[in-house]
Amino acid sequence: MMSGLKPRYVAMRLVKTVLVAIAVVVLSFFLIRLAPGDAATVMAGQAGYADEAFMKSLRAEYGLDQPLPVQFWKYADAVAHGDLGTSYVRRQPVLGVIMERLPNTLLLDAFALLVAASGGVWLGALAARKPGSVGDNAVSVLSMLFYAVPQFWLGMMMVLFFAVWLAMLPPFGIETMGADYTGLARIGDVAEHMILPGLTLALYYMASYARLTRAAMIEVSEQDFVKTARAKGISERQVARRHILRNALIPLVTYAGLQASLLVGGTVLIENVFSWPGVGTLAYEAVQGRDNPLLLGIFIVTAILVSLFNLVTDITYAIVDPRVELG
Amino acid sequence: MTSFARSFFCRPMAAFGFAVFIVILVIALAAPLIFVRGPFTIVGMPLLAPGSPGLFAGSDVLGRDMAVGLAYGARISLLVGVTSTLGAIGIGVLLGATAGYYGGMVDDLLMRITEFFQIIPTFVLLMVLVAFMQPSLGSAVIGIALISWPQVARVVRGEFLSLREREFVQAARVLGLSDARIIFGQILPNALSPIVVISSMMVGNAILTESALAFLGLGDPNLLSWGSMIGGSRSAMWVAWWTTVLPGLCIMVTVLALNFIGDGLNDALNPRRRR
Repeated sequence: MMSGLKPRYVAMRLVKTVLVAIAVVVLSFFLIRLAPGDAATVMAGQAGYADEAFMKSLRAEYGLDQPLPVQFWKYADAVAHGDLGTSYVRRQPVLGVIMERLPNTLLLDAFALLVAASGGVWLGALAARKPGSVGDNAVSVLSMLFYAVPQFWLGMMMVLFFAVWLAMLPPFGIETMGADYTGLARIGDVAEHMILPGLTLALYYMASYARLTRAAMIEVSEQDFVKTARAKGISERQVARRHILRNALIPLVTYAGLQASLLVGGTVLIENVFSWPGVGTLAYEAVQGRDNPLLLGIFIVTAILVSLFNLVTDITYAIVDPRVELG
Repeated sequence: MTSFARSFFCRPMAAFGFAVFIVILVIALAAPLIFVRGPFTIVGMPLLAPGSPGLFAGSDVLGRDMAVGLAYGARISLLVGVTSTLGAIGIGVLLGATAGYYGGMVDDLLMRITEFFQIIPTFVLLMVLVAFMQPSLGSAVIGIALISWPQVARVVRGEFLSLREREFVQAARVLGLSDARIIFGQILPNALSPIVVISSMMVGNAILTESALAFLGLGDPNLLSWGSMIGGSRSAMWVAWWTTVLPGLCIMVTVLALNFIGDGLNDALNPRRRR
């Protein structure tokens, strides 16, 4: 099954990932510098006063008094050495701040992606079994609904329903404040907090998975090898599982890769609604505080993550589908 | 055109979506005529339940009429949705057509830019753009257009790549037509249907994006929109469900109507792609 995968291809893709990372650093740096005003004006605003001498010392402290190309060179050089600078607002190393939050976001993403993919494939397969049936229409209508709902509002409705009216689940945060659980109790506590934000994220993506699975399964089921399988007398269940679903899964792997960028960047709203201490809430704080180094750091870290994820899905693609010859 | 209309309106979902959209459009246009006092006027006690005298949608945290807010909110949603989509289509068609028609370096550059948009968190980029331009109606429109044009460019580029080798294009070249006339007069009219389909979906998405911005407090502070109504009632959600439920339902119904229209257009314009 590994025949489609070549080391040269993987090496090429790694090089491409590095090139993409460099491009993101360059583009983001200049994009953010296009904004009027600089960090000194923001910090002076926070301090509540600003005379010219104070502004000058601030600019000197952060190297903002130097020409833009020099600033960029210094920044790029630092990034190459794994230093993303210092956050203006938090006065801590950017990389450390992001790394502290990243696991929380990835945990939420992984849970949401798992629920979305498994639920969506199941629903899509159900709908594809009898196109035009009541079940099929119900899946279509539901997926259209979840496409049209604002995600942040869906989150609030989940809170209203499950946390306020039914009082079943905690409405916000990642763990119970002050409970100081350890070990298994802590894992259970976090899991309980993860259900509502995770499900909200998952419902939207589940709709797309269901649509895609349905379309792919109907397309595959019209192909000759499926007729052959039926003609051989294999049971309908086996045909659906082993012949149709397996082939229909191929486009879904690509789709999961494309979604990674949405998931990593798309948690801003959900994290905000559920006070989830992840990269999304961090990005929101960074925008509010004009924290350019932190914003740049978030762009770079998420871009590298997404590129790596794409690399992994491409490789998975080659493994799942032996027809794909990469390299 | 009539056969197109027939094939669009004979689809119940599409006809329904169209009817709902017209109703919302009329409400949006008529809001200043019906509710002359504007959405910010305080009309009674805060958080009165729907059905209270004179307040069929209740009042919000400041005692403003929810129904007036909802009607005025439709104006913002439709305005931002339509104008930002027009902007995105303008940029996307121009760049996609150039890339698809000329190929080569231009094409490579455009593809790298669209890839850049696929791997960076676009919503964070949008927040940055809007915050830097100062939150306003204009910055929301520009920001949303700037993050959504790449998808149009990809579609248009694909159409141009497949159309540029056709006989009618070669004929136009032989006749000595300028590149601009071939691109806009010959190829573009033949690439219109995917652009029409994608744009109706984009209006819906832009409305969702605008509401998210306003919800986070990055909307125009001088205008009441559905998103800012939800954002402003977060603290009241626990005691007064209608303050958040109703604006959200308005967004959902509007976007759903637009998606139904989009599906209908897709089926009516591409009968072969139907399943």
